[in-house]
Amino acid sequence: MLKASENYVRKLIEENMRIDARKFDEFRPINIETDIIKTAEGSARVIIGDSHVLVGIKMSVGEPYPDAPDEGVLIVNAELVPVASPTFEPGPPNENAIEIARVIDRGIRESQCIDLEKLCIESGKEVWMINIDVHVLDYDGNLIDAGALGAIAALIKAKLPKYENKKVIYGEYKGKLPIRDVPIAITTAKISNKLLIDPNLEEENALDARVTIATNKKGEICAVQKGGKGYFTTVEIEEAVELSIKKGKELRKLIEV
Amino acid sequence: MTKAGKPEKMIINGKRLDGRELEEFRPITVEVGVLKRAGGSAIFRFGDTYALSAVYGPKPMHPKHLQNPQKAVLRCRYSMAPFSTKERVRPGVSRRSVEISKVLNEALSNVLFFEDYPKTGIDVFVEILQAEASTRCAGLNAASLALAEAGVPMRDFISSCSVGKVDGKIVLDVGGIEDNYGDVDMAVATIGSEDKIVLLQLDGIVTKEEFLKMLELARKGCLQIYEKQKEVLKEKYKTGELDVESQ
Repeated sequence: MLKASENYVRKLIEENMRIDARKFDEFRPINIETDIIKTAEGSARVIIGDSHVLVGIKMSVGEPYPDAPDEGVLIVNAELVPVASPTFEPGPPNENAIEIARVIDRGIRESQCIDLEKLCIESGKEVWMINIDVHVLDYDGNLIDAGALGAIAALIKAKLPKYENKKVIYGEYKGKLPIRDVPIAITTAKISNKLLIDPNLEEENALDARVTIATNKKGEICAVQKGGKGYFTTVEIEEAVELSIKKGKELRKLIEV
Repeated sequence: MTKAGKPEKMIINGKRLDGRELEEFRPITVEVGVLKRAGGSAIFRFGDTYALSAVYGPKPMHPKHLQNPQKAVLRCRYSMAPFSTKERVRPGVSRRSVEISKVLNEALSNVLFFEDYPKTGIDVFVEILQAEASTRCAGLNAASLALAEAGVPMRDFISSCSVGKVDGKIVLDVGGIEDNYGDVDMAVATIGSEDKIVLLQLDGIVTKEEFLKMLELARKGCLQIYEKQKEVLKEKYKTGELDVESQ
């Protein structure tokens, strides 16, 4: 597909327009479907505009970290699968994939939305490990928000398998995961000194800087990550915080039951 | 969440466990030009956090397919020495070090004149030799000084510090135990004394008001770091200046 050039995107934004005619604080259409992968304990498909992300949750039993013997273990991984973009190469996760995974991880971990203590089987020996895998299938920007949305949507619906005689019985369940909050990550991009949310691929290529802010149900901030080779002023950061709290509330409604 | 080994209180009578005030840095020591081979090098310490940075280049970029015909390419590598923490760090790259290398690169990219050196590469290495929290901030401060010593054209320094929330109080320069058991940890870097934030990472739950207060304190902290960086670099080249005058 023919893509608009960086300069064109910037010029439009200077004139308060976006390439797809959205407002600066408007998301593309969002579609969330859960429980779409039978082999996973939890799953969600998130489509934001033309970005398409599949999140799967697999549960297993393993050893806890020595500094948290009574807590389950959370592991987030992101794969920028080559089917999603001509710029994605096969192989181990590169720095972009690692950053996406770690920012999603931080929002979930720091919001304490999973009651990890309830995932302890035997203190110091056996705990549940939650593996969240974010699979990017089609890339049109804003993967952090899409991945984070998919991760929490999948977590809410995920089921805990039965565990008998030191064996996980996949396919038979004994309940849901202990989820007590719904963190939502919102990325604000800065292009030509203007702030906008949900950047698509063309806008991502043109951005100076971006900041992802995850908020919880109470509207508190639980994780922040600035990216990109430009800077933000204090006033811009404040504006991004307000946008993230406001949009976080709207997006939370899409997945809360 | 409570963790094993957490002290009951981390702020007693308005002082922190290491005797500091809430808005006080640990002792800061800085040295520039500590390595012979590197084009530029520096050590930056916040108390027991010990960061060493070395800069090589601008030099011809290899492999060649990574060259940019218009400008220089910056490569950053943040790495922790295996003996830098209580439990040994596995040598080599980790997901954490890849992410930190990326954000350090993005922060430093704000001040370098890449167009001056087409087809070249600038390598910035940050080695954390001893870690007691705020390692990325110390590393960034050291890298900034090392780049200056290497003579790489820069707009300004990048100055960085951390702030946190410990026992409900906002503190400057998060120290070891506060990092492990504090509520919130935030790393900030600015372009010199300007209101331009180039690094911002936060872990933990804060309200919007607290967050803005933390950001304000961090900016004050960065300003102090900036003054320190300028002072050290001026000191380093002072003798030469005096000689010229006496002749």
